[in-house]
Amino acid sequence: MDTISLLMQGFDVALTPTNLMLAVAGCIIGTIVGALPGLGPSNGVALLIPLAFSMGLDATESLVLMTSVYYGAMYGGRISSILLNVPGDEPALMTTLDGYPMAKQGRAGDALVLSGVASFVGAFLATIGLMFLAPTLAQVAYLFGPAEYFALYLLAFSTLGGLASKSQAKAVLASCIGLGIAMIGLDNFSGMPRLTGGSMHLMDGVDFLVAIVGLFAITEVFVFIESHGKESSIGVTLNKITIPIKEILGSTVTMLRSTVIGFIAGILPGAGASLGSFLAYSAEKSIAKDKETFGTGNPKGVAAPEAGNNAAAGGALVPMLTLGVPGSGTTAVLLALLMTLNITPGPLLFEERPEVVWGLIAALLIANVMLLVLNVPLVKLFVKILMVPPRVLLPGVTMVSFVGIYSLSGSSFDLLLMIGFGVLGYVLRKLDIPTVPIILGILLGNHMEDSLRRAMVVSGGEWQYLFSSWIAIVLWIAAMVGFTAPLFLRNLIKKPTAHDH
Amino acid sequence: MADRLFAGLMLVVAVAYAAVATKIQTSFLGDPVGPKLFPIGIATAAAIACLFIIFKPTADTTWPDLPTFARILVALAILITYTYLLKPLGFVIPTALVAGGLSFLIAGHVVRSALTGVGLAIGLYVVFRFLLGLSLLGFPKSWFGV
Repeated sequence: MDTISLLMQGFDVALTPTNLMLAVAGCIIGTIVGALPGLGPSNGVALLIPLAFSMGLDATESLVLMTSVYYGAMYGGRISSILLNVPGDEPALMTTLDGYPMAKQGRAGDALVLSGVASFVGAFLATIGLMFLAPTLAQVAYLFGPAEYFALYLLAFSTLGGLASKSQAKAVLASCIGLGIAMIGLDNFSGMPRLTGGSMHLMDGVDFLVAIVGLFAITEVFVFIESHGKESSIGVTLNKITIPIKEILGSTVTMLRSTVIGFIAGILPGAGASLGSFLAYSAEKSIAKDKETFGTGNPKGVAAPEAGNNAAAGGALVPMLTLGVPGSGTTAVLLALLMTLNITPGPLLFEERPEVVWGLIAALLIANVMLLVLNVPLVKLFVKILMVPPRVLLPGVTMVSFVGIYSLSGSSFDLLLMIGFGVLGYVLRKLDIPTVPIILGILLGNHMEDSLRRAMVVSGGEWQYLFSSWIAIVLWIAAMVGFTAPLFLRNLIKKPTAHDH
Repeated sequence: MADRLFAGLMLVVAVAYAAVATKIQTSFLGDPVGPKLFPIGIATAAAIACLFIIFKPTADTTWPDLPTFARILVALAILITYTYLLKPLGFVIPTALVAGGLSFLIAGHVVRSALTGVGLAIGLYVVFRFLLGLSLLGFPKSWFGV
């Protein structure tokens, strides 16, 4: 069947009243979560997964809700970047560079509309790219045996810590913490308990949702209490929202270029949306004739990173859906959602559950249109929400995370474990050790070990089997390059710090 | 310094982890790798990473001052207490106390924090129980004479 008819089937799934309602709710929640500094897409999705599960949503419904939240958060991140000079989430960091200066010049409305349109262009085109690329890549995935999967997991770990962290050793340590936690519980092959310390609670292993909510949401509580008093308030005025046609037309090419860059950055494992927006902005700046105006409120400097990071968000879904290897922290959380729903990403997903895949893609296209409406004409609503004081917001988020985990298992042990992960996350944050590799380790640890052991069963214990196909060899080389490249690139790519107040 | 301390701690954990992993029971249905090798491999990689950090620590961490640190500890204690109160007392009462407490830690205003706590507890209960349909016990069971 061709893409169009599959997509039509997808729209049949996505256009049910329930799914539409969930998409609207997801877009609104996502934009709010994205706009609030300190609450990124990973937190938003992580907080909602246990809730969606307890509400008894089915696979497609949960996916529609969560991916709407995911895209919504990517859109929303720009709002506080522009108005507060504080990125709502990490990928929106680059948007502060020209967005905040524009706002200070009294063009906050223009910046918000322009970046909203750029987000739409990036996300919408990336979703179409996903639509055509994912099924093709899924075919390639058929060629993957256990040896190739083992190399692929290695690639994900070697690149994910990469640019995000300041030290390779710290990224390795974080991955090992995650993998080590994943080993706890019953061994898949022999059925024997491993590393449980005899505790009954740990027989089933550590639930990755507990770890995710702890590391993301509970950590935020401690970080917030520490940074309290430093939060800024809106210092710019927002006039009537008009459509800056000149700026939008003037940066059309910028948006398209940035979309391509962002999409490719998103597909690469481990790179994610932050790199997408960074590369898009840098590329735009380096080819511009008016380089010196970048950083002082150039509209192209607003359009480029927003198109870039939203395109990357779409691109990151490609490896997640086809290979089960997430390209970013948030897609790692989305992978956790799939696993909770008992959906195994990969080529079989496209063959056996086309309604899930195509329903998801159709829902993403619909969500983008909704988000354009929410984020351009209705953007003032979200600006109001930015004024919710932290003394209400933070306790609220904390309580939601407790209820989420508690309603899943009803166990106080899981809640204590979640707090434990929160403390761990705080310490790691202070020490500049990335937490995303931990999540990835907990998620993929057992799969990684299984693929290694299965490879050895197939080959009768011959280690050369791990390098016996060209796909495996390419992946091993990519993993090594991905691991060592940041050592050289780190000095070249210095992330700008955006604080001038 | 903090880098080294943490890496040293993790090094001890890694060694202990490997020691426990060597005692994992192997089953008679053996595969060539077995259930021990991968955990031991992880511990080895972690240990090497720790040694790197110990010999070449990176950033200096700025830790919060003593009052802030105390506030974080209080927040931690509040959260731990919450996990023990949730089952016997239901959702609303502990949530009002905990949300109010956290709010006080952030803003330091008694009346507003109390209002925030009560407001959040009731608001979230209504949302979870009635809008999202979660089976959440709102109040102590004894109140219903069960």
